[in-house]
Amino acid sequence: MLDLIAPYFERLYDTTGLNFSPFYDSYDWSRLLEGMLVSVKLIAAIVAVSLVIGVIGAGAQTSRLRPVRWCVAAYIEIFRNTPPIVQLLFFYFGLGAITPQVDMGGWYEPMIGSFGWAVIAIGIFGGSYNVEIFRSGVEAVPTATTEAAESLGFSNFKIFVYITLPLAFRFCLPALTNNIVSLAKTASLAYVIAVPEITYSLSGIWSDNVNVPEMMLLLFTYYIVLVAIIAKAMALLERKLALPGYGQ
Amino acid sequence: MTPSENWTPDQPIVALRDVHKSFGTFEVLKGIDLTVMKGEVVCIIGPSGSGKSTLIRTINGLTPVTRGSVQVEGQEVHDGNLDKLALRRKVGIVFQQYNLFPHRTVLQNVMMAPLLVLRENRKEVEARARELLAKVQLHGKENAYPAELSGGQQQRVAIARSLCMRPDVMLFDEVTAALDPETVGEVLLTIKQLAADGMTCILVTHEMGFAREISDRVYFTDAGRICESGPPASLFDNPQDPRTQEFLSKVL
Repeated sequence: MLDLIAPYFERLYDTTGLNFSPFYDSYDWSRLLEGMLVSVKLIAAIVAVSLVIGVIGAGAQTSRLRPVRWCVAAYIEIFRNTPPIVQLLFFYFGLGAITPQVDMGGWYEPMIGSFGWAVIAIGIFGGSYNVEIFRSGVEAVPTATTEAAESLGFSNFKIFVYITLPLAFRFCLPALTNNIVSLAKTASLAYVIAVPEITYSLSGIWSDNVNVPEMMLLLFTYYIVLVAIIAKAMALLERKLALPGYGQ
Repeated sequence: MTPSENWTPDQPIVALRDVHKSFGTFEVLKGIDLTVMKGEVVCIIGPSGSGKSTLIRTINGLTPVTRGSVQVEGQEVHDGNLDKLALRRKVGIVFQQYNLFPHRTVLQNVMMAPLLVLRENRKEVEARARELLAKVQLHGKENAYPAELSGGQQQRVAIARSLCMRPDVMLFDEVTAALDPETVGEVLLTIKQLAADGMTCILVTHEMGFAREISDRVYFTDAGRICESGPPASLFDNPQDPRTQEFLSKVL
């Protein structure tokens, strides 16, 4: 792959001074690929954590125990009303400092690394929005529908799993897409705690080659393509899950 | 739910005694007495807001009662110890708005409860479901989604869905109220066949002609009380209670 495009980008650099070093230099190429890979992994992990929190939180919000509902409400207030970068720094430097170190055979490493903290912090941030998104979906499921299941002998748990959740998920899918796209972009904040994702990799490249504008352009393009892919995938999912004839 | 030890099939299969129900300070049911024998078809008629739907919903425990007793096969429905699942196997209900599961096909709607709740064998359930769908004239619609069907078709799916649990008693809560006059007929025909097969049916309805034709006994309710009850011929042709007379003079 690199062999194919390298001559072109080398000539581009020679003739115009535009230095896209990752496209002809094998070391920078590997740094770019590694950054993209870490970025995609990071986003996938963050989205997964936020979805799990969203479902559990939305379930807990309907709890009969008032303290449980208060805890969910407090969680949402705290994480929606503070900047994600502050949360990230709080988790990494605040909590990270007091988490135990693990003996790696001669040297010590923190139990949770920067990647782990980024997933936890941004996942929890995204989860606070997902709780509200799922709640809106659950509330949109007609009581009459769950009542029909109840009268057929479904337990509350089965009603939630087989009726409420599949319908709520469909109802909140557009809002969920927005939040997932937003989280994909927020994941770039992991840069500030040195997670080697794409922004961090490219910053390494531009420090070595002094090709900041080119790498900025590359970074910009990466996110545009990535978000377009996510949006397309969600649109396909939405179409696949659409209920034939429903709401027409 | 195994029938109560004291219950025998010659006793009422459904028995309501002095049933009261209040929503807040508003008393919807003010002492309802009603008994239904096995195989009987009973219609409850009366003006809107008279508590008919609330009454029928107390029978399968969807609406808890404030006071009084509701028994199905001799077992108290509103008893904390009651096995709700067992009750709901015995008593099926069909609603005004069909309330099908919109994310499942017609066949899946009918099969879901026997599979998930009763954990029956899939093949047997599917054979039974297809048979029921054919019986309610929906052969060929097995793989359609509810929203692709007409109201009358959806309501017949709802009936098949309830029947697939093999209930002993069927409750019908104004099942034709949301349908256009043309499709009302197909749903009523389904219920008529069911009654002819010996199913115990309790219907809340505004279809007076149908009530008269199908019922063994008709109850007229107003303001949370049963004003009058009797065989359809006597209740419709010779009502005794002034409130019944007034109501029937307006609707017939």
